[in-house]
Formats: sequence, structure tokens, C-alpha cells
Amino acid sequence: MDFTILILQGIIIAATPLLFAAIGELVVERAGVLNLGIEGMMIIGAIAGFSITFETGSHTLGILAAAFGGAVMATIFGVLTQVLMSNQVATGLALTIFGLGIAALWGQAYSGESTSSLASLDIAGLSAIPVLGPLLFSHDVLVYLSIALTIGVYWFLNKTRAGLILRSVGENHDAAHAIGYNVLGVRMAALMFGGACAGLGGAYLSMVQTPLWADEMTAGRGWIALAIVVFATWKPGRAIFGAYLFGGVTVLQLHAQGFGIKIDAQYLSMLPYIVTVIVLVLISRDKTKLMFNAPGCLGKPFYASS
Amino acid sequence: MIKLELRKETSRVMLYSTPIFAVLLTIAASMIMFAILDKDPIKAISIIFMQPLSNTFSITELVVKATPLILIAIGLSMGFRAGVWNIGAEGQFTVGALCGGCIALVFYNVEGFWILPLMCIAGILGGMAWAAIPAWLRTRFNANEILVSLMMSYVAVLLLSALVHGPLRDPDGMNFPESRIFSDSAILPILVEGTRMHIGFIVALLVVVTAWVLLSRHIIGFQVKVLGLSPRAARFGGFIESRVIWACLMVSGGLAGLAGLFEAAGPVGQLVPSLPVGYGFTAIIVAFLGRLNPIGILISGFVMALTYIGGEAAQIQMNLPSAVTGVFQGMLLFFLLGIDVLAKYRFKWFHHHHQKGT
Repeated sequence: MDFTILILQGIIIAATPLLFAAIGELVVERAGVLNLGIEGMMIIGAIAGFSITFETGSHTLGILAAAFGGAVMATIFGVLTQVLMSNQVATGLALTIFGLGIAALWGQAYSGESTSSLASLDIAGLSAIPVLGPLLFSHDVLVYLSIALTIGVYWFLNKTRAGLILRSVGENHDAAHAIGYNVLGVRMAALMFGGACAGLGGAYLSMVQTPLWADEMTAGRGWIALAIVVFATWKPGRAIFGAYLFGGVTVLQLHAQGFGIKIDAQYLSMLPYIVTVIVLVLISRDKTKLMFNAPGCLGKPFYASS
Repeated sequence: MIKLELRKETSRVMLYSTPIFAVLLTIAASMIMFAILDKDPIKAISIIFMQPLSNTFSITELVVKATPLILIAIGLSMGFRAGVWNIGAEGQFTVGALCGGCIALVFYNVEGFWILPLMCIAGILGGMAWAAIPAWLRTRFNANEILVSLMMSYVAVLLLSALVHGPLRDPDGMNFPESRIFSDSAILPILVEGTRMHIGFIVALLVVVTAWVLLSRHIIGFQVKVLGLSPRAARFGGFIESRVIWACLMVSGGLAGLAGLFEAAGPVGQLVPSLPVGYGFTAIIVAFLGRLNPIGILISGFVMALTYIGGEAAQIQMNLPSAVTGVFQGMLLFFLLGIDVLAKYRFKWFHHHHQKGT
């Protein structure tokens, strides 16, 4: 029983950074922008969170710095793609290469250092409940924040006027512009939100999952988050499911040897990537369904001619 | 206020001069970065950009670095023109090295002129096979080739590591995760005695010329361009989209695989887990900096090789962190993409009384 709880807790820890990054990108894509630079924003969040926590001893400052760092990266992307009309795919790749470089430069002084992990909240009374306590009520604040953020995004997109405007900008930017909505403003705001979320996801890696700094510690999670958005067909509720599914695969890989499965570690480490490909194939197979769900102006440049 | 106005035609002058501006802006920005890092900016820039050109040996090293970048970037540029985004060249490079390297290890005790050509074929086929995965999944199941090709890169690097730790490990190698060092028959001929400059560079030059002829003089080049500019028009024109996707991924995968084999049979001389060092990703920047044009890629391949060689020299002489090269390359691509706006748009000043509404 204890072992099962341990694994389920592991899944939550593995899924949280993916959920942060995916829910941020989901909002960005609903606004019609394709930011492939999640990996770059996450790694900046990871080093910002780690270094600020290391220097100040304050996890709160570290978390804020991570969100801020991710948002700054997203702003660079926004200026290039939305103001200077650069190609979104190429700019997203550049953001990843640049982010990995800057993070390695910044992190050089912290290589091999570690900090205390973010403490879990242990909600009074509830965390003592057997099974449910350790599963639901004794996590760190970021786990709860990721869930709250997902619910918040669902509410924002579906129940608020601002969410409707954001979706209209993503569906048809020319029409939204003609009505008088500020396409550029909406997209920049969405991008900065997405960047902050990716930054938080990165911070979760360097502050909770493995509270130490290592170059390229994001290891492709930013790209997996992109796949989760497609998997979720741009719906927040399904993004939670997707993130926990991928988190599960990661944890399974770590524990497989514990179950007595004798396979080299490298083959097991391939699992999350292979599962991503398989899931992507299963989701994309139905072309019409995918087109029906994808935001109409996803990845298209917006040029206001009047 | 300033407003962007779409040019009727992309400016040719701007198209070819923006890469130069981008390099200059990157140099300026990195000088600021060096100043922040408390290093002499002038000295750093001269070490990175001048020193590698000052003696014959470092020029040959430049060629060694530029060869894989040019080979991979030529292949990628075909796809990028057509809107087929293969960003998994790193994986195709790795599998190419692995397949070609296996031939070298199987015929470890055999001598023969045919071993190297066989290794090259295996390298190309290996790269193509790895690129066939995203090609098939894209054409058959509509799966996004960006994500699939990238995920397969992670798998390829892990596969190399697994095999070098296991079946391909050198039996006399004290358990180090390395293969045997290739026999002389499986090592690329050296062009300049006493250096590492190998025959792969000649192959890269031939590939550049072939690509240039194909793109500017052959129907394939036209089809690729049309598909990139307007997939709808391409469909009306009777081009089969899936065929172009396959062609782009096979060409880029094959060339990346060949580059990987050249790396294993050239400067490295064996299979090691650290063989993939990011050429597959850097080549994306090379392709864009070279304007997706074969001749441009030849030049930009050397510029990017300069940042590697010069970056290494600066690391040793000025104690600069190795990550500087990555930052430099990222900035270069940013500046290039940012000032590209000058080729497609022109800036126009608007006076307030001319404005109607917002």
C-alpha cells in the first residue's frame, strides 16, 4: 500500500511541471500563437528559481523570479513574432536554443549545488487521513497552484468575456481586429502568461523534483508539453489528464527496475518520448476532428492592413 | 508614428544584406555580454573571430566543424522551403553514425577499399530510416513532424548510449562505454597531412553544388518552393503533398546520417555516447543564416564553425564559460529573424492628421 502511495505521489511530482507548461501553452495557442520555445522558457524558469532561492533562501522569491524569467523570454518571442512578424516556428526554435545557452551561462556558478526542497503544506488535520492524506493533502504549494491554474483557465476561457475575446482573436484575427479588439495586446498578454507558466514548470523541476542545478535539466519536457496541448485538443480539463498520463509514464520508467524488469536504463528512459509519439499519432489520426478543435488562426501571422 | 507597410516584392538587397547585419548586431550584443561577465570585449571578439583564421591548422579545424553543419543544413533547407519542419536532424545524425559505425565494427579485422563506401551507404540509410518515422507518421496519420522528429532525437541519443554501453562496447576497453577504435580501412582519408581535415568536406562541396543546381534549375526546386508558399496552389498544380514531404525528409535525413558517419569515421574515429554534440540543432541556424540557399549555407556554415572554434579558444585563453557559444548562436538567430522584417516590410512615418481611426 505504501509503495502504491509512493508511486502515485511520484506521478503528481512528475506531472506538475508538464501541467504548468501545457496549460500556459494552451492559452497561447487559443490566442492563435504557436510558441515552440517552451523548453527555453522552462529552463530559464528552472535556473531563475534555483539561483534566487539559493541566494536569498526564499522559495517565494525563487518562484516569482521563475515566473518573471519565463515571461521575459515570452516577451522576446512576442516582439519578434507579433511586432516584427518573424516566422513563429523558427523563432520558437531560437528561443529554445537561446534559453538553453543563457541558462547554462547563468547556472555555471551553481553547477552541482543544491537547495532545500520546497516544503509540503501538510494541511492541518487532513494530511493525517490514511491514504487520502498523503495523496491529496500533503503537497507543496505549486502542486495546488497548478490545479487551481487549470481550473482558472477553464473558467476564464469559457465563462468570461475576456476569455471569449481571447478565443475570437485565436479563431479569426481579422474579424476580431475589425470589431475593434486589440489583437496584438491580447496575444502579448497570452504569451506572457504562457511564459510565466512555463517558468513555473521549470522552477518545479529545479526546486522540488530534483532540488539541484544541472544543464539541460528540462530534458525535452517543454516539447512534451506541446504534445499534451494537441492531446488535450486545446481543452484545459483534458490537459490535466494528459499531464498526469505522461507523468505516470515517467514514474513507471523509474520504478520498472523495482518491479524486477531487467532492461537497460537507457531503453526505459526512451519511454516518455516514444509514448509521446504514439499518443500524438492516435490524436492526429482524425484530421477533421483535429481541425475542428484547433484555433483557426493558430501560427498564422497577423498583419493589420488598416 | 511608425507603421510597417508590406512591400509588393521582397527586397533582394535586404534579403542578402540582413544576414550580415545580424552577425554585426550579434557581435555588438555579445560585446555587451562579455563586459557584463567582466571580460575584455575587444579581446574576446578578436579571439573568437580573428584568431581561428590566423593559422593553417585552425583553418583546417574550421573545415572539420563546418562540414557536418553544411551537410545537415543543406538537407534541412529543402524541407524548410517547403514548410516541412524536420528538427530531428540530431537523431538522424546519431543513427547514421551508429549504422555506419556498425559496418566498421563488423569488418574490424578486414581490409578493403569497399569498407568506407559501404559505411557511407549505411550512414545515409540509417539517417533516412530515422527520418522515415516522422515522414510516415505525418503522411499516414497527420502527426506533427516537428514533435515526432524531435522526440525521435532523444530516442536516438539514448539508443547510441545503450548500444555503446552494451553490445558495441570495446571488449578490450576496460569497461569504458566506447566502441573499438575503427581500423584504418574504416577511417576517412585526410586531405591535409597532420590535420583532421577529411574528405567529407569535398563531399559537402559536391552536395552544395548539386543542391544549387536542383533548386534553381530543376522542377523539384520549383515544387518545393510552391508547396512552401502555398500548399493549396501546390495541390491545384497537381503536386502530391505527401511525396514532397517524403522527399524533404529523406534528403535531410540521409544527409544528416552521412554527416554523422563522417563524424564517427573522421575526427572521432569510434562510437562514443558523446558523439552527438548538437550539430543537428546548430544546422537549423546555419540554414536560416544562409537564407535557405545552398551557397549562403556554405558561407554561414563557416561563420557558425568560427563561433565553435573561436568560442573554444576564448574558453581556454579568457576563461569564458562554454555556454557562451550557445548564447551567441541563439542571439544570431533572433537578430536574423527580427531584422528580416526589413526585407518584407518597409517602415513608414505616419503623421497624426493622416490617420483614420486606430
